[in-house]
Amino acid sequence: MQIFTCPFCGPRDEREFHFAAEAGKTRPDTTRQIDPETWATYLHAQRNDKGRTREVWMHLPCSELFLMERDSVTMEVFSTHPLRKEPQ
Amino acid sequence: MTLRLPTGGLIDRSKPIHFTFDGKLCQGYHGDTIASALLASGTRILGRSFKYHRPRGLWGAWVDEPNAIMNVTLDGHVFPNCLATTTYLQDGMAARAVNAWPSARFDLKGGLDLFHRWFAAGFYYKTFMWPDWHLFEPLIRRMAGLGAVSPEHLDTYTSDQTHDRCDTIVIGGGPAGLAAAEAAAQAGQNTLLVEDHADLGGSAHQLPTIEDTPTADWIAARQSAIQSAGGRILTHTTAFGIYDHGLVGLAQSGPFGTAPRLIRLRATRIILATGAIDRPLTFANNDRPGIMAVDAAAEYLARYATLPGRQIALLANTPQADTLAAQLTQAGAQVTHVDPAQSPLSARGGKHLTALQAGDRTHPADTILASGGLTPLVHLWRHAGGKLDWCDQRNAFLPGTPPGNMTATGAANGTFDTDEALEHARATGKNTPTQRPDPKHHITPHWPAPGSKGRQWIDFQHDVTLKDVELAARENYTSVEHLKRYTTLGMASDQGKTSNMPGLAAMAAIQGRPIPEIGTTTFRPPFVPVPIEMYHGAHTKQLWNPLKRLPLEPQHRAAGAALGDYGGWLRAGWYGKGSPETQAQSEARMARQTAAIFDASPLGKIEVMGPDAEAFVNFVYYNTISTLKPGRIRYGFMLTEGGAVFDDGVIARLDANRFVISCSSSHVDSVRTHLEAWRQDGNDPDRIFIHDTTQHWATLTVTGPRARAILDTLDLDTDDFPHMSLRETSWQDTPLRLARVSFTGDTSFELSIRASQAPALWSALLDAAKPLDAGPIGVEALSILRAEKGFLMIGKDTDGETMPHDLGFTDPRLKKSPPFVGDRSLHTDKANAPDRKQLVGLTVPAGAPPLPTGAHVVTDDETPRSLGYVTSSYLSPTLGRPIALALLENGTNRMGDTITAWHLGETRQATVSPPCALDPEGARLDA
Repeated sequence: MQIFTCPFCGPRDEREFHFAAEAGKTRPDTTRQIDPETWATYLHAQRNDKGRTREVWMHLPCSELFLMERDSVTMEVFSTHPLRKEPQ
Repeated sequence: MTLRLPTGGLIDRSKPIHFTFDGKLCQGYHGDTIASALLASGTRILGRSFKYHRPRGLWGAWVDEPNAIMNVTLDGHVFPNCLATTTYLQDGMAARAVNAWPSARFDLKGGLDLFHRWFAAGFYYKTFMWPDWHLFEPLIRRMAGLGAVSPEHLDTYTSDQTHDRCDTIVIGGGPAGLAAAEAAAQAGQNTLLVEDHADLGGSAHQLPTIEDTPTADWIAARQSAIQSAGGRILTHTTAFGIYDHGLVGLAQSGPFGTAPRLIRLRATRIILATGAIDRPLTFANNDRPGIMAVDAAAEYLARYATLPGRQIALLANTPQADTLAAQLTQAGAQVTHVDPAQSPLSARGGKHLTALQAGDRTHPADTILASGGLTPLVHLWRHAGGKLDWCDQRNAFLPGTPPGNMTATGAANGTFDTDEALEHARATGKNTPTQRPDPKHHITPHWPAPGSKGRQWIDFQHDVTLKDVELAARENYTSVEHLKRYTTLGMASDQGKTSNMPGLAAMAAIQGRPIPEIGTTTFRPPFVPVPIEMYHGAHTKQLWNPLKRLPLEPQHRAAGAALGDYGGWLRAGWYGKGSPETQAQSEARMARQTAAIFDASPLGKIEVMGPDAEAFVNFVYYNTISTLKPGRIRYGFMLTEGGAVFDDGVIARLDANRFVISCSSSHVDSVRTHLEAWRQDGNDPDRIFIHDTTQHWATLTVTGPRARAILDTLDLDTDDFPHMSLRETSWQDTPLRLARVSFTGDTSFELSIRASQAPALWSALLDAAKPLDAGPIGVEALSILRAEKGFLMIGKDTDGETMPHDLGFTDPRLKKSPPFVGDRSLHTDKANAPDRKQLVGLTVPAGAPPLPTGAHVVTDDETPRSLGYVTSSYLSPTLGRPIALALLENGTNRMGDTITAWHLGETRQATVSPPCALDPEGARLDA
């Protein structure tokens, strides 16, 4: 059982979290023409990196998405960051 | 013949305990295990092996015992697969060898051993292939099972679960563990020491003194030092697994027959002091009753004051064997020391040993104590991801590169000398980096010798012999992981504690490769078998997935509702005592003739607010929502990014920046999460807020030709209130949201009110309905009403591939220009395919019964293919005929076609029709 640190609620049990997506994926601008390969890559292609990964997770009790850097082999968690922009 | 000594040991001779074994009355003492009491009474055969039903005795004295597995009955409840060596004796226990009948001594299936030539590894795979494995499986399963559960006891067999943490956990309460825990606690660390025996000391009891102090005093001094420094001690507690992020799984045993408590412990630092076990020597008939581990004999002598036998051949070359030989001789046994290097070795005798044959010499013996050296217990080290190093001097795998927060000490670390182990353990406890001491002894390797004669056992519990390993190698199962699965070596309930090392050493010898090159199989938790109940504890049924309850539940009960689980809510299926079908039919008929009151409170009420709310809902909806005017309602779909219909329902606009999403009742949590994910991805989350108010409001639906009359009675104004509009009003000074939407096709109003005020509104509506011959209806009747209109239920009339245009909602796909979730996916080749499954109605010939839900629509070829399936099917009381909805390939273009529906071997005919079977013009909506 892993411990993830929600940037808002602190360290919590892994059962409170849902994986959302690999970080760095951008939704294509669907008001333009998008070829099927680009769309399929956006929908389905995952890097599934072995080792250091950057992922977006949701802490279900507070519903906040955040960025987590972790190692997919050793399960070590390096850092968690809010996705929210810093206040100007 | 008793083997019990008159004095010594940890047993309490003033407290005799009576029990039975295979029906025979036996006696032991408080502090005995079933195994030690039986050994002391001279019982040599404690079980039968799994495959050949060979008679077996004790090899070990604790968790490494492979043979003595019992069904234990206490207070009328049977507990299967109890290890006799770890089950402490209690008065009234009735133990039975698990794989023997009528007894371990006279087992009817003992004759199976005569056919051993045919039962080699892979026998089942090769033999029962033809004509069909399933023909043989039931018989083989009956023969293969171990033990039986008392199902009636499971209700009370509930495990507590607790969570705990500490700075340092020391696993193992032997000399090294005690010393390490004392040092850690005195260094100011929050320390927890766990020991799986009921008492502390581990192998210490085998020594008369430790550090010049009598052993019992030494143990007591360590215990009191740990506790006075603030450390905690848990005995009878097994660390059965190490998991991610330093989680230690602890199983704390209580009285026999109760489920162990699960403690999930987080430790900053883990010190492994789990000790070591003897590994067997591999020689002919090395599984005979009376062949025991050196370390086990030392434990039986020290803890239970029991000799392993009278005439003992000691087949070992470890320093521990010399100490034991002296102790056994002093206790009155006759000990012959035999060098295991002699060859060939074989045990003589059947159920009773008569001699050890070593080369050309015969040593008469009733007991053989054997050891091929000590194997450190590194299971937990491997669970945590630590590496192992091979040590040639010790002939063992030792803890190598450590996992993050773990250190091994004592025998688990390959230090078998007590003084050296204590020094290392104290330094480890204080967190001082310390080198592992060099071994004092060099163990001569005694590994299995491939090609040698006789039946030589590698895995006692699963009956794997050296010949099986050789066979596996011949058939190219040379990797240890393949070897394990082909021969089932190490796959029994002892998980190969005694067999894995000889097994991989045999494979290494067969291939002429060094042992470390062969490697070990994966060590997986749990270290010892633990009951499944321990993992779920009280987290079952209602405590795991509680039903959601309605504020009006008492009122529904009073009205005679049959309550059931509908999408996670406890809801009224129907009212009254008739059969569900009859009640639903009459309720549906009433709803069409007069009016019906329906509790729709579980309907989602997710509010979306803020300056960017309009753009946001327009983006998450398939339909255009931006043009929706305040006070108006629109029906629409939310899609996944893959274009599949995720949820349907109405959305109401309260004002410019405030929307209420009425998602499916069973779907609220996932819709809210879906909305949250999109809100925070690509939007400014400070300009959109999502608030789930589903349970704040109760919603009562009034539907039917007389619905308006009922609302009139409550003084609720319905003038100038067109279909799909919403009005915020009040009733009896309580705010009320009045919406005009219809899931029945009749004039319908949804009245949403603060949940606490729902009972008053419910009573008022029922009072108003009664004179009109109207009343409450349940979910079953509503399902009929909506199906008559062809209104779909998500997940019932749609599947994971259904897109909105399959349901007849084509406009936004073709015309909506702003981006929305799933938009691009609606224009892929797959989305445009001509064979998409579309929602249609099915009409059966006059007089035919309803189609079975789930029936497949099939082609009429010789090899029929499924074209789709019936999703909903009911008898319509209003139409007086069956109705059905189906997802059908290219269904919209098949209108009027006759199709064949197949269900459980029977075929039926039906005609494809539009989904809406009742009032297609919509005249009833404004009746």
